Amino acid sequence: MIKKASEINETTPWQEMTVGGEIYEGGTSALFNTGDWRTMIPVYHAENCKHCMLCVPYCPDSSIPVAEGKREDFDFMHCKGCGICFKVCPFKAISFEKVGA
Amino acid sequence: MKDIVEIRWHGRGGQGAKTACLLLADVAFSSGKYVQGFPEYGPERMGAPITAYNRISKERCTVHSNIYQPDYVIVVDETLLSAVDVTKGLKESGAIIINSEKTPGELRHLLRGYQGQVYTIDARRISEETLGRYFPNTPMLAAAVKVSNVVDADHFIKDMEESFRHKFGSRTNIIEGNMKALKKSLEEVCCG
Amino acid sequence: MARNDRMSGNEAVAYAMKQINPDVMGAFPITPSTEIPQYFSTYVANGEVDTEFVAVESEHSAMSTCMAAQAAGGRAITATSSAGMALMWEMLYVTASARLPVTMALVNRALTGPININNDHSDSMGARDSGWIQLYAETNQEAYDNFVQAMPIGENKEVRLPVMVCQDGFITSHAVENIELLDDEIVKNFVGEYEPEHYLLKKENPLAVGPYDISNYYMEHKKQQAEAMKNAKPVILEVARRFAEISGRSYGFFEAFEMEDAEVALVLIGSSAGTAKETVKQLRKEGKKVGLVKIRVFRPFPMEELAETLNGVKAVAVMDKAESFSACGGPLFAEVRSALYDLENRPKTINYVYGLGGRDICVEDFAMIYDQLFEIGRTGDAGEVYRHIGQREQEV
Repeated sequence: MIKKASEINETTPWQEMTVGGEIYEGGTSALFNTGDWRTMIPVYHAENCKHCMLCVPYCPDSSIPVAEGKREDFDFMHCKGCGICFKVCPFKAISFEKVGA
Repeated sequence: MKDIVEIRWHGRGGQGAKTACLLLADVAFSSGKYVQGFPEYGPERMGAPITAYNRISKERCTVHSNIYQPDYVIVVDETLLSAVDVTKGLKESGAIIINSEKTPGELRHLLRGYQGQVYTIDARRISEETLGRYFPNTPMLAAAVKVSNVVDADHFIKDMEESFRHKFGSRTNIIEGNMKALKKSLEEVCCG
Repeated sequence: MARNDRMSGNEAVAYAMKQINPDVMGAFPITPSTEIPQYFSTYVANGEVDTEFVAVESEHSAMSTCMAAQAAGGRAITATSSAGMALMWEMLYVTASARLPVTMALVNRALTGPININNDHSDSMGARDSGWIQLYAETNQEAYDNFVQAMPIGENKEVRLPVMVCQDGFITSHAVENIELLDDEIVKNFVGEYEPEHYLLKKENPLAVGPYDISNYYMEHKKQQAEAMKNAKPVILEVARRFAEISGRSYGFFEAFEMEDAEVALVLIGSSAGTAKETVKQLRKEGKKVGLVKIRVFRPFPMEELAETLNGVKAVAVMDKAESFSACGGPLFAEVRSALYDLENRPKTINYVYGLGGRDICVEDFAMIYDQLFEIGRTGDAGEVYRHIGQREQEV
C-alpha cells in the first residue's frame, strides 16, 4: 500500500506512517499553503509591465506564473512577501505593501 | 606430533617472521591439521622486534590468547637474543631454533639458563647460496618443520614445490632456488 | 560442496563479499580492517565481481556513499574500524533512520585514546544506540557465516535496518585459521537478490528519502525503528535456521556453552569466548559446573532468552571489552544485569572490564574468575561489582 503524503498528517499513528518517512511522490509542496506567512505583499501593476521576466527567476518561491512568454499575476499560495521581485523590477510594475492595508 | 604444538616466532619488522609463521600454518593445514597463525602487532616499524605465533593441533583449538609457554621458539635474527627474552616460558621439553652462523654451543650462554635443546641454522648463507639474496623465511620455515615435526618432511617438500609453482609459475630459477634452500636447510639444521 | 581452507578473518569476510557480489562498496582504509577493501578491490580489478568500488576521501563519505547506493536500489557494503567508524557517526544514524539495510564489516579496534590500533569493542559498543543490528564473531568462520546472513536479516521487509558484522581486530582479522567456505552458488541463492519496494532509480515511482522531521512526526518514526529492531529477532532466528540447512552450522542470539547444569557462568563477546571455552573444558574435567554464554547478537539484545538461560545460575561474571565510564560497569553488564532483574532468584552478578586496547586475556585468567564466582555463590556476597582485569596494579 503506497500512502500519499496528503494522507499523512499530525494525527497519523506510527503504524500508518511510511517507513523512515519516505515520500512516494513529487511536488508535495503543493499541499502546503505557506502563503499566509506574509506581513508584506507584492502587488502587480500590469500596465507598467514590459514582461522582461527579471522578477521570475528572482522569486525564491516560484510564485510568478508565466504563460505564453508573459508573466501573469502572482500565485500567492507560496509567496512569503520577501519583496525581492519589487526590488528587481526596473519598471515599477510591482509595488510592495502591508498585508491588509 | 603431540595433540597441540605451540610455536613463537621472534623477528624484526620487515624480515618476514610473520610470513614464515603464516607459511608454516599453510603447510600444516595442507597436511590436515588445525592451524592458527597470527602476529602480535605493535607499532609497525621496520627493524622493531615483532612476535608471531602458531598453534598446530589435531582438533580445533579455541584459545585465542598469545602463547606464553611455547613448545618451540624460532628466532629469525640472532641480534634479538640480547634484546628480547626469547626463551621466556619456553618448555624445557621443547627447543629453540636460531638463525645464526654460530653453533648452538656458542649461543647457549645468551639463553638465560635455558636447558632445552638449541638448534641453529645459517639462514643467511643458505639463502645467499641458493637464492642469491638474503630471504631468511624459506630456511627458517624448513628448520621449523624439521625440528617441530608438525608435518612430515617429505610431505612438506612436495607441498612447498606445488605452492612455489603456483606462486612463481614459469620462473623456474626462483622455484629451484627456493627448493634448494628448503632441502639444504632440512639437512643443515644443527642441534647442540 | 563446502570447501576447507585457511584464511584470516579479514580474508574470510572479503571472500563472503565476493560471493555475494554486491552493487557498491564505499570504503576508506583503516587498520585493522584495511585488508578487507584491499582484497575486495583485487576482486574488482580482476573482474571477479560486478561491484562499483568507490574509493572515497573519508569514512563519512564511505557511509554516505553506501547510504545513497542503497537508497538508489543497490546493495552496498563497507568495512571499517575504530576512528574510521567514528567518522561515520552521523551517517550511521541517518542510514538506520532512513531504514537502509547497508552491511558493514567492522573489525573491532579500540577507539583512541591514547592512540592504539589493537582490539577492544569500544568502537561498536559506542555505536550500539545508532540503530544498527550488531552481530559478533568468535572466529573467522563465524565472521564469514555472519556476513552471509547479514543481508537476509537487514533487508527483510519487516526489518529494513543496517547490519554491522563485527570481528576482533588482529586476534580474528589477522589470524589465519581453518575455515569451511560455502559454494558460490549456495551463497548466492541464500542471500538472493535485493528487492526493495521503493528505490530512487525506480522511475515509475518517485521517491524522497531522509526527510526533515518536525517534532510532530519524529517520535512516530523512532517508534517504527524500535519496532523494526524487535521484528529483527524472529528474522535473525529464521535466517539462522535457513543457514543451518546450507552449512550445518547453527546460530542463535548467543551460544550457551555447557550451561545445562552450570552453577556459575561468564557472559562475553567475541574471540575471548574461545579462550574461556578452554577454561570451561578444563574445569569441567575437575567436576566443576561452569559454563559460558557467548553473545552473538547484541542489537537487538536477547533479553528474555538470556534471562532464561541464566536462570538458576548462582553467580555470573559479565565480561566487557569496552569501558562505558558509567562508574558502575560496562555496556554488556548493564544489559545483562537488566535482563536478570525480572528473575525471581537472580544470580549474583559482577562485571569485569578486560582486554582494552589489545590487553591479552588467558585461560588462567578465566579460571581465576570462575573461582571468584564459586566464592560469591558460596557466600552470597558479590563484593565490588565493577572490576577491571589485566591492568598492572599496586598491591593494596
